[in-house]
Amino acid sequence: MNRYPVWKYAILVVALVVGVLYTLPNFFGEAPAVQVSSSKSVVKIDDTTRVKVEQALAAAGVQPEAVSLEAGSVKVRLDSTDSQLKAKDAIQKALAPDPNDTAYVVALNLLSSSPKWLTALRAAPMYLGLDLRGGVHFMLQVDMPAALTKRAESLAGDLRSQMREAGVRHGGIQRNGQAIEIRARDSQTVAAARRVLQDQFADLQATDAPDGTEYRITATLRPEAARRVQEQALKQNMVTLHNRINELGVAEPVIQQQGLDRIVVQLPGVQDTAKAKDILGRTATLEMRLVDESSEARAAEVGAGPVPFGSERYLERNGRAVIVKKQVILTGDSLTDAQPGFDQQNQQPKVDLTVDAKGGRIMRDVSRENLKKRMAILLFEKGKGEALTAPVIQGELGNRFQISGSMSVTEANDLALLLRAGSLAAPMEIIEELTIGPTLGAENIAKGFHSVAWGFAAIVAFMAVYYMLFGLFSGLALGVNLLLLVAVLSMLQATLTLPGMAAMALALGMAIDSNVLINERVREELRNGAAPQAAIHAGYDRAWATILDSNVTTLIAGVALLAFGSGPVRGFAVVHCIGILTSMFSAVFFSRGLVNLWYGRQKKLKTVSIGTVWRPAADSAITKAE
Amino acid sequence: MEFFKIRRDIPFMRNALAFNLISFLTFAAAVFFLFHRGLHLSVEFTGGTVMEVAYSQPADVERIRQTVSGLGFADVQVQNFGTARDVMIRLPAQKGVSSAQQSERVMGALKAADPAVALRRTEFVGPQVGEELATDGLKALAMVVAGIMIYLAFRFEWKFAVAAIVANLHDVVIILGFFAFFQWEFSLAVLAAVLAVLGYSVNESVVIFDRIRENFRRYRKMNTVEIIDNAITSTISRTIITHGSTQIMVLSMLLFGGATLHYFALALTIGICFGIYSSVFVAAAIAMWLGVKREDLVKGGGGGSRKEDPNDPNAGAMV
Repeated sequence: MNRYPVWKYAILVVALVVGVLYTLPNFFGEAPAVQVSSSKSVVKIDDTTRVKVEQALAAAGVQPEAVSLEAGSVKVRLDSTDSQLKAKDAIQKALAPDPNDTAYVVALNLLSSSPKWLTALRAAPMYLGLDLRGGVHFMLQVDMPAALTKRAESLAGDLRSQMREAGVRHGGIQRNGQAIEIRARDSQTVAAARRVLQDQFADLQATDAPDGTEYRITATLRPEAARRVQEQALKQNMVTLHNRINELGVAEPVIQQQGLDRIVVQLPGVQDTAKAKDILGRTATLEMRLVDESSEARAAEVGAGPVPFGSERYLERNGRAVIVKKQVILTGDSLTDAQPGFDQQNQQPKVDLTVDAKGGRIMRDVSRENLKKRMAILLFEKGKGEALTAPVIQGELGNRFQISGSMSVTEANDLALLLRAGSLAAPMEIIEELTIGPTLGAENIAKGFHSVAWGFAAIVAFMAVYYMLFGLFSGLALGVNLLLLVAVLSMLQATLTLPGMAAMALALGMAIDSNVLINERVREELRNGAAPQAAIHAGYDRAWATILDSNVTTLIAGVALLAFGSGPVRGFAVVHCIGILTSMFSAVFFSRGLVNLWYGRQKKLKTVSIGTVWRPAADSAITKAE
Repeated sequence: MEFFKIRRDIPFMRNALAFNLISFLTFAAAVFFLFHRGLHLSVEFTGGTVMEVAYSQPADVERIRQTVSGLGFADVQVQNFGTARDVMIRLPAQKGVSSAQQSERVMGALKAADPAVALRRTEFVGPQVGEELATDGLKALAMVVAGIMIYLAFRFEWKFAVAAIVANLHDVVIILGFFAFFQWEFSLAVLAAVLAVLGYSVNESVVIFDRIRENFRRYRKMNTVEIIDNAITSTISRTIITHGSTQIMVLSMLLFGGATLHYFALALTIGICFGIYSSVFVAAAIAMWLGVKREDLVKGGGGGSRKEDPNDPNAGAMV
């Protein structure tokens, strides 16, 4: 009656082993480490970087514990903070000698010091939230109306030039908020303007309203086009933020989209909010200029002479110098889009650029006059410029043109991204900001840990006294519950926060409910005169329906918190929900397994150790319950 | 060990009216204080700046208050936070001044007054974030209520669903009432606690309802009141012990969790105390007044595939 088949015990053992394995990494603590990642999307971190790092360390006489390449960064584990600083200096010297122009970010970090065989099993410790490790957190609001207005403005310009080309004599085109108004004198013109709109501007939808004697069309962005603009603006801002944060040398920055128009940035270990804010809020500009192709400039390019008057020298990303004229043809404001693609004719990767109407006119004139010459695209940040690319002008360009030739697919992608991300698509403002000092983080860990540990110990002690052996089993089940909870959270690589720890404590407090239900039920069966084996069986069976019901309702609350919560509430909810699931497993399945193992084999079971089973007949004292 | 030695069923329902009157008065008081005083919402909801600074020796809160007020901030709160050395300063949101400027100015003034001060934490929340949090919180609350009602109506019967929800909202409102009355800070963590209490306290009512359903099946001769009394009596031991265990945990949080978890644990404590009370007196009584009958639960074995009691001579019989 109370026996589990072997496969059920096997499941229990497997669950225990997995639980222990994945919980272990959390106890090894962290070792100092140095992390090398790329600060430019064109610089790739690969095995050659790892070899370079190893050589630099060998040259400096630093013995690393381990050098590994994972997820696009090289991580060097060291034995002490002294050697960590030494290693950082050595790597910095070897890979990024010039602090103002670095291709690599060399940052101090902490790595889990769990042994190799655990890491090989993909067992990693939980990620600690900001409130437990210290750092800064920003929430940025992207100004979407501004992005839409900008788009409408550039579309209005395009519309003017298209109407001119089509010979539609309109009475003026104006941007009014995020809508574009086209005035006309008669219905023919309105119809012609509509045709232009329909043929050339798929993103706009038109509504015309004859107002008085005038005919007018109001064109607005289609909802799906507006959504696309917003998505792109957000993406572009996130990429830009990424590039900028790289300069801070933060080991593991978190940059996440939240909702439709927000970005959350978390920088663990950074304490200097002012500097972080400065970098996040910086503006970058793109400029297009002609390359100076005079003989003096050629000489200056290889360093054999001074830069001619009226030109400047910039470095390309590959380190080659390029001499460009000071006169700016176009700025990034005119650039509306940059997308990677493939050339139809030779299947070469390319980047398609789109500029607004005004920019298109300028490009047409400039390209007509400078055929077969080179034009450089420069990116300025912090007053320092670099040449992204300097292609040769192959023909007369309009407002759409492409850069192609000798690019790999990834290079094309990177270039498009850089062109787009050189500047923010829409202004952002910081609407939430948190700074947590490192000492506070350590204190919070201690607080959370003590809360869980003492509560756990007190509950287990009480259960053992009140329910004797069954209580001991319940305590063991509770321990397994905690083990599995931590293991699942570690597997998910969840971020542990202080509210999360509170949820853990609460989950344990509630998990014992199932065991109390079972134990009370078994006592009740014994009180009603059932045989011990039957009492155990009935107790578990009857309690199960109740446990299921009560846990489902609690789970509903947890899921609602997950759906609507953000930040700390979400962290709480994740732990809460997982805790309910693990408690159903451990409190019912696991504790039953223990009981079966202990009592199940005994054919003639006389008594079970479940504390006092009070029977009204045997006891004359009446104790009133509160 | 055994705490509960109960000879016969305690007539809970006989006193239901009296208890529900008390309950109603508490509820009315809570609502009154909620409207009269309002909740003391944390910065997460109102927007503004919070700074936590640490001194090397016990801080002179009065002097700090003067220093900060001297900068021209209106409505500044300065209080000790956790220990005598830690001080929390709250500045309301100001138009046109970024939080960074606020906290840097305050920090500069404090450093000028006492160089041995360290910034431990700053928190700035824009006003629009706060509004959203409040609406999200209410949405979550509504979803929990709807979800639980649907589940209970499906699993038991609509009368039970109504009873359980009334009882639980009563718990939630009373927690809020406490926070309004004492003007404790209502933060995001407290909101999480309140929603957890909602799930937790329903759990309590469910255990009792479950017993009621079982009793309707087993004891064919009892009337509804007797059935409910018996159900509560037989589950009271488990109710008290479970809540005791959870309260041990919460107490541990109160003792060791520090200032950050203080109000979270406090909200849970109130929730647990009222949770017992509401599930016993409020939920069961409302179910009784709504007129739960044996037919509501036993017809077609509303509980799914539960085995009938083999000793019951009338097993499977329909009334």
